[in-house]
Amino acid sequence: MDDIAIKFENISKQYRLGTIGTGTLSHDLNRWWITNIRGKEDPYIKIGQVNDRESKSTSDYVWALRDIDCEVKKGEVLGIIGKNGAGKSTLLKILSHVTTPTTGRIMARGRIASLLEVGTGFHPEMTGRENVYMNGSIMGMTKAEITRKLDEIVDFAGVEKYIDTPVKRYSSGMTVRLGFSIAAHLEPEILVVDEVLAVGDAEFQKKAIGRMQDVSDKDGRTVLFVSHNMQAITNLCTRVILLNKGTVAFDSTPLDVVRNYLMFEASKEGAVMWNDQSAPGNSMIKLSSIKILDEDNNIRSQFFSRGKIKVQLDFTIFELDSELVIGFDITNENGIVILRTYQNDGTPDSWPILKMGRNSLVCELPEGFFNAGAYYISPKISLHCRNWIINSDPLLSFEVEVNHGLSPFWNRITKANRPGSLAIILPWKDNDIVYNTQI
Amino acid sequence: MSINIKEWDLVIEPKGSLFRLNLKEVWKYRDLLEMYIKRDIVTFYKQTILGPLWFFIQPIFTTIVFMFVFGGLAGIPTDGIPQPLFYLSGICLWNYFSDSLNKISDTFYTNQAVFGKVYFPRLIVPISVTISGLLKMLIQFLLFVGVYIYFASKGSTIGVNAYAFLFPVLIFILAGLGLGFGIIISSLTTKYRDLKFLLAFAIQLWMYFTPVIYPLSVMEGNYKRYIWLIQANPVTAVMETFKYGFLGKGTFSWFSLGYSFLFTIVLLLIGTWIFNRVERSFMDVV
Repeated sequence: MDDIAIKFENISKQYRLGTIGTGTLSHDLNRWWITNIRGKEDPYIKIGQVNDRESKSTSDYVWALRDIDCEVKKGEVLGIIGKNGAGKSTLLKILSHVTTPTTGRIMARGRIASLLEVGTGFHPEMTGRENVYMNGSIMGMTKAEITRKLDEIVDFAGVEKYIDTPVKRYSSGMTVRLGFSIAAHLEPEILVVDEVLAVGDAEFQKKAIGRMQDVSDKDGRTVLFVSHNMQAITNLCTRVILLNKGTVAFDSTPLDVVRNYLMFEASKEGAVMWNDQSAPGNSMIKLSSIKILDEDNNIRSQFFSRGKIKVQLDFTIFELDSELVIGFDITNENGIVILRTYQNDGTPDSWPILKMGRNSLVCELPEGFFNAGAYYISPKISLHCRNWIINSDPLLSFEVEVNHGLSPFWNRITKANRPGSLAIILPWKDNDIVYNTQI
Repeated sequence: MSINIKEWDLVIEPKGSLFRLNLKEVWKYRDLLEMYIKRDIVTFYKQTILGPLWFFIQPIFTTIVFMFVFGGLAGIPTDGIPQPLFYLSGICLWNYFSDSLNKISDTFYTNQAVFGKVYFPRLIVPISVTISGLLKMLIQFLLFVGVYIYFASKGSTIGVNAYAFLFPVLIFILAGLGLGFGIIISSLTTKYRDLKFLLAFAIQLWMYFTPVIYPLSVMEGNYKRYIWLIQANPVTAVMETFKYGFLGKGTFSWFSLGYSFLFTIVLLLIGTWIFNRVERSFMDVV
């Protein structure tokens, strides 16, 4: 019993859809009348739908979380994965005491700190030093504690020179570093990290992840980690839960859950098509389908490695932009991205020409490219270095069975006898350099 | 399944006990309270040339304008108190009340970014506004003392008396009223913001129902029928008691001071009750 750090008991959270205005007042009064005056159970708590973003809601109420039951042990690094809107952030919000569950109860031991608010409460007019005190006390540190750690915090953030300058003069990087540094020196018993952390540059991410590892390994603290980065999840976590539509869909070891997640999410049909309403994208470009084809342009999801695999993206462009980048990721079954390819990877004259209206691009993967196993495709569309338009999780899956082994030794390459995701046959040659053997 | 709740440090449930005052928790976060107060004071005059002098400039100019408009043009009597002293005392006290009320009533709205991410007792923010406003008022009180000494040295018939020792009580009532009304309004405006529009001009009008620019004795003479309206206003007793204690003129009664005091206590209780209710889930509706 004592080794449990957090216990979630039947946590549910209901949200009301739509805006608040004149109309909602009568609704509120009705609800108040039924529960408080007539003393009956809230009728609206029973209705409400599972949180399914794809279909249009018929009820005004929606369950962001439904009956989450879970225990987290001390020292465990629990990963939480799931699609956008699966309820991950709501769960963290309830845990960090920002909002309350509609039903259920959470019990926890020790101080909870969240890394989701790097730099929260920074006042631009105050100096770095003043803000360290301000931010630290917001997070629950005492003044004495901050004074003791001030040098360490400033040092870690690397802002010694600017510590008496107002924060509004800081670069955004400095602000983030200072904010993170404060959070990193909190020493809470339970640390909550949201994927927001992934915004910083590579060095910052490394620092953040390193700090998280320290926190769990050396200090034996509990960490809750929400991320879309499957690689970080499998590297860091000791256990992962997968949320889907507000409920726990899987709860197991990281690799297990990540595999499940990928399978669970992706279509095995070899093609995903959208109608005009549901098509992902924005006012500039909308994806209408993504297909995996064999050499003869048949839609398939099972391939032999001898033979080409083609990925076809169909989309409609409403507004042309020269910086439109279209491509996809291929992820292996452990959630590791093995390839990202874009339509403009080559020299400009080799780029396909994008035009207003319907477009269709095909990318050909060479014969014998993949090792045996399951692979996933996630479309990626963005404006170069500006913003993502589509940055989705895997949508399509396909399986490859290897049959391209041409060597008598290796005519049956399988995952069992050949590790790796790729099984391309590369040229091997005699080396032309003649070594002087007399030396 | 029986679980002993006591062995957990933190229990998050849909509804806590509504009458539980968070004072213990507020005390635990007293360092944060200090930081908030410091922030309010320090950031007030950052990047200004005159700095803290601005604390004095506003009441000085308001007093001059009041002397001209109400004392000069309208000819409203001041109970025989020198006009600068009369208006200055009223302005300092009233500004403290209206400033805290204004600022506190926006608590949830202006702090939603911070409140939406970290938990700490929300009551910290309104309390810090009350205290930093108090510091500001005490600084302005120095101005009052200066003007007071000037008039006393010129032989004015103003006399500080034993009732001046009620000053801390007056401060408590004024702070409590600002805090109480403020947190009630801030709680009520998280979901429906209508009240915010009302508040802006309600505070303006409220001043005219408070003996700030006129003494209560004027009402007694001319508008006896409506005097109950002014007396029902809990701020009235504060103004009159202050002037009675420090300037020797005014209408003082233990009854009206007691009424204001009781009003403040009840208001604070209701306020914390509503605030506690709202702070738990305001993020969903703000």
